[in-house]
Amino acid sequence: MNLTLKIWRQNGPADRGRMVTYRVEDVSPDMSFLEMLDVLNERLILEGDDPVAFDHDCREGICGMCGMVINGVAHGEQRATTTCQLHMRHFEDGAVVTIEPWRAAPFPVVKDLVVDRSSFDRIIQAGGFISVPAGSAPDAHAIPVPKDDADAAFDAATCIGCGACVAACPNGSASLFTAAKITHLSLLPQGQPERASRAKAMVEQMDAEGFGGCTNTGECTAVCPKGIPLDTIARMNAEFLKASSK
Amino acid sequence: MATAPTLPHAAHKGGFYASSNGKKALMAVTGAVLVLFLVGHMLGNLKIFLGAGSFNHYAEWLRTVGSPALPNRTLLTIAEIVLALAVVLHMWSAVSLARRAAKARPVKYAAKRKSQAGGYATHTMRYGGVIILLFVIWHLLDLTFGVVNPKGGDATPYDRVVAGFDPSRWWVTVFYLVAMVMVGLHLRHGLWSALQTLGLAHRYAALKAGSAVIATVLVLGFVAVPIAVMIGAVK
Amino acid sequence: MKDNVNYTVGEPIRDTKAPEGPIEDRWDTRRFQAKLVNPANKRKLTVIVVGTGLAGGSAAATLGELGYKVKSFCYQDSPRRAHSIAAQGGINAAKNYRGDGDSVYRLFYDTVKGGDFRARESNVYRLAQVSVNIIDQAVAQGVPFAREYGGLLDTRSFGGAQVSRTFYARGQTGQQLLLGAYSALERQIAAGTVEMHTRHEMLELVVSGGRARGVVVRDMVTGEIETHLADAVVLATGGYGNVFFLSTNAKGCNTTAIWRAHRRGALFANPCFTQIHPTCIPVSGDYQSKLTLMSESLRNDGRVWVPARGGDDRRPADIPEGERDYYLERIYPAFGNLVPRDIASRAAKNVCDEGRGVGPGGLGVYLDFADAIGRLGRDAVEKKYGNLFEMYERITGENPYETPMRIYPAVHYTMGGLWVDYDLQSTIPGLFVIGEANFSDHGANRLGASALMQGLADGYFVLPTTLGDYLAGAGGFGEVDEKAVAEAEITVREKIEKLLCVNGTRTADSYHRELGRLMWDYCGMERTDESLRKALQRIPELREEFWNNVKVPGDGEGLNQALERAGRVADFFDLAELMCIDALHRTESCGGHFRAESQDADGEALRDDEHFAYVAAWEWGPDGPVLHKEDLNYDYVKMTQRSYK
Repeated sequence: MNLTLKIWRQNGPADRGRMVTYRVEDVSPDMSFLEMLDVLNERLILEGDDPVAFDHDCREGICGMCGMVINGVAHGEQRATTTCQLHMRHFEDGAVVTIEPWRAAPFPVVKDLVVDRSSFDRIIQAGGFISVPAGSAPDAHAIPVPKDDADAAFDAATCIGCGACVAACPNGSASLFTAAKITHLSLLPQGQPERASRAKAMVEQMDAEGFGGCTNTGECTAVCPKGIPLDTIARMNAEFLKASSK
Repeated sequence: MATAPTLPHAAHKGGFYASSNGKKALMAVTGAVLVLFLVGHMLGNLKIFLGAGSFNHYAEWLRTVGSPALPNRTLLTIAEIVLALAVVLHMWSAVSLARRAAKARPVKYAAKRKSQAGGYATHTMRYGGVIILLFVIWHLLDLTFGVVNPKGGDATPYDRVVAGFDPSRWWVTVFYLVAMVMVGLHLRHGLWSALQTLGLAHRYAALKAGSAVIATVLVLGFVAVPIAVMIGAVK
Repeated sequence: MKDNVNYTVGEPIRDTKAPEGPIEDRWDTRRFQAKLVNPANKRKLTVIVVGTGLAGGSAAATLGELGYKVKSFCYQDSPRRAHSIAAQGGINAAKNYRGDGDSVYRLFYDTVKGGDFRARESNVYRLAQVSVNIIDQAVAQGVPFAREYGGLLDTRSFGGAQVSRTFYARGQTGQQLLLGAYSALERQIAAGTVEMHTRHEMLELVVSGGRARGVVVRDMVTGEIETHLADAVVLATGGYGNVFFLSTNAKGCNTTAIWRAHRRGALFANPCFTQIHPTCIPVSGDYQSKLTLMSESLRNDGRVWVPARGGDDRRPADIPEGERDYYLERIYPAFGNLVPRDIASRAAKNVCDEGRGVGPGGLGVYLDFADAIGRLGRDAVEKKYGNLFEMYERITGENPYETPMRIYPAVHYTMGGLWVDYDLQSTIPGLFVIGEANFSDHGANRLGASALMQGLADGYFVLPTTLGDYLAGAGGFGEVDEKAVAEAEITVREKIEKLLCVNGTRTADSYHRELGRLMWDYCGMERTDESLRKALQRIPELREEFWNNVKVPGDGEGLNQALERAGRVADFFDLAELMCIDALHRTESCGGHFRAESQDADGEALRDDEHFAYVAAWEWGPDGPVLHKEDLNYDYVKMTQRSYK
């Protein structure tokens, strides 16, 4: 199949950037989206052009490094799928595909489709952990955890930190990302001692990074490759209100 | 890394209402106050079907409730102040969150962003809110103060309603209906959203269905009156 | 050696750090002997940790917590992306929570045997001992392991183990453990004990006064070449499976850090020991950029088969039972579909070589769930494997509930790596190597669910003790020689300039692909004297062509992903050559290393303990590598031939 790609090109943070149109031919439906871009890049290199920069690493949907807005949808229209796991069989021959980076002030563009997501790391630094030095832990069976809590904690903990939630949110909010970690740790007995300070610090850091506020549009969870549920945000709100009223 | 953003990294110290979550909570609480008002307002409106006497009596009662223990209009004035405050705070948090959102995405997407959550109502909140505000202003001028009402401020409430929705003034009725649809959409998202914001949301399917039902009932209750006037069932 | 194979044999090498005495006391003894660093002095000591996977992330966090000044580096945009995150199955620990007869000793025994007697007993015993602490640590950090209704941890048996000792978090155990280590690391970054450098790639090691004293890195965003100095350097940069181009590794995984250290004097041990995982999704075309693993747990319920006769291209459903060959069940009736990875992989290769493979190019075998669905019902199968089935369908477009999966072996893990002693220190003083980057614990074949165990054992528990001993012992290493720094920086700059100057007609990726194909064909699942010699002839030719004809666009400034890749490919060429030399010299078959010349009458791997019970530690030399042998002694586990029949 043949495609027309409209790709955001931006040569560094200071560049204004623009959409550039490329044709790719003989795309196999079994290719992944990134493999299709690999083919384009191989051609651009040989033609003496600058290949399109994009982040990717594991290419199996778990590292969270890849991510682009494809035809206006973060990670493309296939649900619960990272860009690297999106395959070309979901596109039609002759289609025009628009490819843009995550758009958010706290995710400044580094180059082309590559953005800087270190703001996510700083949200975790604010409190997304349990303080336990190596070697000081009690036996793993010392505290039983109800299975339902453990499962719900797991569901939240599967967040891969890709940033699609921010990219899809009309407000550029990082609520789903932040809520996933707060939920994960607040459901476990091990997370209780730091529960209140964690919720407060992480929400405040999220604001300080310049992310927008949540208006419960649910766009985040709809594009989330791991399907992090929306009730994590309810839980974050409850945790924050409780922590703030102390 | 070298391109680390120059955003403030330390958490801000602006207090609860400076945080996005604080503003959202404020919006949820003030929204809840306004919803309670709407329920009462709608029930009061429906008295029109019991006749002019009943309706005018109800309007009078609003002014005299609490009397003689309290001077006339005491409770009504308190309610009006609370409502006005709720509206102002609701709007303040909305504007302030909208501005934060705009700042969070300085460069827009070139491709039209398609909603993946399928919540049409969700995306009407901001402009819908503005339409509702304009309507409220008109509505107060028309039926409360009677400034733009054909019968003027001195007519009975019943007469003002019948005159206000006279078929000759069909555009008023259309405006009213559009505004009520906006109220419905606003509530359909706003009701469950408030619970979500306050951290009380579980079982979304039921919650959203419940919100839709309440929103629909309110809208039907409100539009019943102008339609009844329109078709001559109330005159 | 004859013709194109050039290596010499040097002095034997020995691990001098493992204490004598009963094996169960050795780690305690070493811990007590290890000198301690005064807390006030720790603040003055800088440690560089390269890589932020399970080993590097846990090490940097723990060292920071202890009070050292830590500088951590990773090439990704966040330490949370390291490829440990992709490990699916689980993590072994000798907790014996099931009371099913597990013990530290049994885990030790299984690991030594599973490694086909090519790992050190002392190291493996310590790994088994520490395994129990890892689970405690992870649970305390909030890692949401699977639990039973009573609230206690669930375990499963994995990779043919006869006890249930594998802890897991659905199919994302690596992710959850890595995020645990990552959160500990972020906590230290916030505390100011760890300075994090993301999007920085290590390109050279600084050795001064005979000690590892720093690294030269490239800031991948600005292109700047920076030197960072320290009192010790820890490499936790993972394995080198990407030498095959197609592997289950992340695209960015590379050998550059350990290869540069090797060039600076660190010995490289057992480079040919590669693990080929039997259950991966087969290659679908020439554009393929990586291979995806399907968890080994699928073999618990899936039955592996191929058509009984070659060239049978009927749809699988149309092939009657009688015309199918469930070859694992046929050849290995005792273990059936659950034989260890190396055996399952080779068996798949054999049936495909016979022309009975399925799917594009005949490189695949069926993994069929029809029986399991019939027996347990579709719902039960979905509950167990639903996410894996979805992943398979997403990639292949085929529905495994209706048609059997197609699987094929793929490169998954490298047991070889930089040689380290019991303290995890390489032959360059002050250079420590942990996790998959070292060679230490898995011998010639790694058991399922043991990689996560080793990475975390090294990072949380072993290194922080042994590194302290090194730092305390030296009492200040003095200034770093400026000439050593300048020389290291020049080496880096020259290589980058050279790559940018060639301006040829082929991309680095196309060379990498060709090299990988060559390695897969000649140094893959089955190796022969002839194939390895062919590879050793072809690799230098291809490398020569690469350096004369590669095209790297752009310049050294700013983000240049093509340049990054070209630099990595250049080092893969050199490593590939050493792997083939190692594979050629080891004329026995053991674990993941199968030499066609060394098999028994049934085609099973035949070890040669008399001649090869040693670690092959290679020293880089301008005239070809020098082999240093470390003899392996088995005082506790009797050396036997593995049998899974």
